[in-house]
Amino acid sequence: MSTAIKDTQKMIEEVLDAYPEKSKKERAKHLAANDPSGQCSTCQVKSNVKSRPGVMTVRGCAYAGAKGVVWGPVKDQITISHGPIGCGQYSWWSRRNYYNGQTGIDTFGTMHITTDFQEKNIVYGGDKGLDAALHELKELFPLAKGMGILSECPVGLIGDDIEAVSKRVAKEFKFPIVPVRCEGFRGVSQSLGHHIANDTIKDYVLGKGELETSTPYDVALIGDYNIGGDAWASRKILEEMGLRVISQYTGDATLNEIAIATKAKLNLIHCYRSMNYICRHMEEEYGIPWMEFNFFGPTKTYDSIRKIAAKFDARIQENAEAVIAKYKPIMEGIVEQYRPKLKGKKVMLYVGGLRPRHTIGAYEDLGMEVVASGYEFGHSDDYKRTYPELKEGAVIMDDATLYELEEFTRRLKPDMVGSGIKEKYSYHKLGVPFRQMHSWDYSGPYHGFDGFPVFARDMDMTVNSPTWDLIRRKK
Amino acid sequence: MIKIYDHNELFNQPDYQEQFERKKEFEKPWPAEKVREVSEWTKTPEYKELNFKRENIKINPAKACQPLGAVFCASGFDGCMPFVQGAQGCVAYFRSHLSRHFKEPFAAISTSMTEDAAVFGGLNNMIEGLENTYTLYKPEMIAVSTTCMAEVIGDDLNAYIKTSREKGVIPQDLPVPFAHTPSFVGSHIVGYDNMLKGILKALSEGGRGEPTTKVNVIPGFDTYTGNYHEIKRLMALMGVEYTLLADVSETFDSPNTGEYKLYPGGTPLPEAMNAVNALGTIALQKYSTAKTMDYIQKEWNQKALTLSPIGIKNTDAFFSELSKLTGKPIPAAIEAERGRAVDAMVDSHPYVHGRRFALVGDPDQLLGMISLIMEMGGEPVHIVCTNGDKHFEAEANELLASSPFGVNGKVYINKDMWHLRSLLFTEPVDLLIGNSYAKFLTRDTGTPLIRIGFPLFDRHHLHRYPIIGYQGALNLVTTIVNTVLEELDRNTVDTTSFDVIR
Repeated sequence: MSTAIKDTQKMIEEVLDAYPEKSKKERAKHLAANDPSGQCSTCQVKSNVKSRPGVMTVRGCAYAGAKGVVWGPVKDQITISHGPIGCGQYSWWSRRNYYNGQTGIDTFGTMHITTDFQEKNIVYGGDKGLDAALHELKELFPLAKGMGILSECPVGLIGDDIEAVSKRVAKEFKFPIVPVRCEGFRGVSQSLGHHIANDTIKDYVLGKGELETSTPYDVALIGDYNIGGDAWASRKILEEMGLRVISQYTGDATLNEIAIATKAKLNLIHCYRSMNYICRHMEEEYGIPWMEFNFFGPTKTYDSIRKIAAKFDARIQENAEAVIAKYKPIMEGIVEQYRPKLKGKKVMLYVGGLRPRHTIGAYEDLGMEVVASGYEFGHSDDYKRTYPELKEGAVIMDDATLYELEEFTRRLKPDMVGSGIKEKYSYHKLGVPFRQMHSWDYSGPYHGFDGFPVFARDMDMTVNSPTWDLIRRKK
Repeated sequence: MIKIYDHNELFNQPDYQEQFERKKEFEKPWPAEKVREVSEWTKTPEYKELNFKRENIKINPAKACQPLGAVFCASGFDGCMPFVQGAQGCVAYFRSHLSRHFKEPFAAISTSMTEDAAVFGGLNNMIEGLENTYTLYKPEMIAVSTTCMAEVIGDDLNAYIKTSREKGVIPQDLPVPFAHTPSFVGSHIVGYDNMLKGILKALSEGGRGEPTTKVNVIPGFDTYTGNYHEIKRLMALMGVEYTLLADVSETFDSPNTGEYKLYPGGTPLPEAMNAVNALGTIALQKYSTAKTMDYIQKEWNQKALTLSPIGIKNTDAFFSELSKLTGKPIPAAIEAERGRAVDAMVDSHPYVHGRRFALVGDPDQLLGMISLIMEMGGEPVHIVCTNGDKHFEAEANELLASSPFGVNGKVYINKDMWHLRSLLFTEPVDLLIGNSYAKFLTRDTGTPLIRIGFPLFDRHHLHRYPIIGYQGALNLVTTIVNTVLEELDRNTVDTTSFDVIR
């Protein structure tokens, strides 16, 4: 075992010392020193298990995964937060899944629509009210193409039958009404919510759309939520390659796009964690191959463009090289502009989905090094894909707590941290440069050739802001 | 330097506009004509009628749930860790929501209950949660509230906390107040009230002693940290000794010193314990403190006054009652502040007089704003309060009836911002007061928005400026009148009325 691994393991043990015995034993399984070779048996973290009560996990719930991530961005369906008022309120347009359309008329993305459960709904059930709510919505929003019923905790606990309601009303309205059993107590994190949402796409929408013509170059762009316009930036590259993006999941998506993905020749998945399920299903049922790609940072983007092109004919492959040749000088200009200011800076990441591994290359393009990375709700397949991307001895964190994040920061002294809104301001207080890497801190896009310049600019302003030097630290 | 375009400019470029057109082939959108037609229809009185008929669905409501108010309240006590029994996503949401408004860190604990807890109850989660919280985060108090999950399955907080103490996972003398805060009853203001009552009840137990000359001040669910600093300044000016219950000003407005403090301050626990011996208690909000004030009056036998100092007359009443309660005269400095605020209102009145306002928000803030607007000669027209009850409705109507400027005012309780959208189309107003989500109403109807309330996500630092007291009135007047003037400039830019002196 190398010194780098041993040193990190020692540090992890020190951090764990503060825990009570039981939680210490449990948390130890989720923190590891990275071994890119995969040979070190103690370097694999355990994942996708319950968080310990009381440790201050960063994780959310199944509802957050199903409503906030997967279904919420589908723009022409009315997404109903079914249950008490809070869940919909706190997830109201906070993920910035950009879309085109007239909100409240033909699209509904920035709206908070809820059955607002009262005590009587808990006692007598919510099905009757739900049925009436669906009818009221249909009258007020005649251009909605469907509805989604996203269950909050009480719905599952009181034994409501939202499936029966949705089946009955869908028949009457002649459009999809999707019951999503994403009660927050199900599973251990957002992750099960993604899975449940994928399953409902499969059961209620997939394969039911219209696409008049087909070409050999039809692809679906899966697992891109168009945060700050990410999917549009990715789509631009795919179209310039000569591919026809028939479906975008689920950022700026319509129900028709969700439905026609089965007509794609290849599914391209960006966020593997949240949408691998639907890709696997389409592979099994429709024989559609799928591949992961990475459009963060030029190096990974060139690589992904070539890998995608390799699935098609010479024409696409030539286009791919032309696209790379077109953008390469621009990307080199960006690197030249920012690398000198960022070279050698250490980054700590604690995020979700694809970012803990997919953004590493973009940082490296700018000369930065990721010294720690972790997932809120990753599974072992995510970690397997991450180990080779990081240096030996880097810290791997699964379901990290506020306490651990703070301790690792003290010890690793990163030059910047990328995490979420709950973490952001404690880092501001610590005087550690910080960037939200869920919402791009209200910036973006970060994907593709139009995204990388924004990413580079933002990392520079994060690390090199003069405000950090104004902080008068207590001796 | 290479010019960098982010989303604000990038997607207006022709290549993206063309992409959006191409994408429509797969979207299968409605014809543009149909969208226009429906869009126009939503502006009609006919649509309004349909909209107001709904009873089973909320669309863009302006309220949050009980436990948010509970954790907010709990964080106002020094060394206290807000602790929520239930599913973990809720706490992630509360933390995010409060951090987005205040731009400050917010720590709170979840017991991460999952399906097994749904079947067997959450006792084990409570025990392990308290043990981990106490060991890792070393709080001096743990304030327990609940999510709807724990409420639906019927977790017994009192018994669970007792069992946890017996098992020795937390010290016998660690205060662990609790409140049941089901999210399917009331809203965040009720959660605040329940938690505060729970905390005061627990802390005052056995604390009855020598009466003090102090006054307790309860801010209520007040998300303006500037108000906390302001009330402290005013009490000092009055020479009144006081205890703020709960003081969230440090939690949500702590100085940057290069260190992160999990417990940056708040009401010191010994002071909170001694609150039972105070001369009296003044609540600065009514609807977020009703149960607490009732408890204080009955159990503490204190004079319990509710005086919300938003606007001139309300602030006058506040100082007059405070003076009566404490026997302290109102100092000249405060009288001078009043004079300055009134002077500003006299100077600015032509731009507010006769302007019609729509307001949406929490009950107490609405009452204050109605009062202040009418003092300026403005007319509150649509008053939407999603979490308002019958008492609020009656009080707001009474307030409107007290002034000729309230004659066109109508109060809508249990209604939301989609109702307000209809109202703004059918009976337009000049100005809208609401939180950041009201900006969608501005987009749809063109009514300029004055951001007052919670949450304020899309403007920075507004919560740092007080809206209470005479200084607060001055701040509000400044914001209102300058919004009117900005709007005048925008509307007259191509005309001779683009005046430089207004």
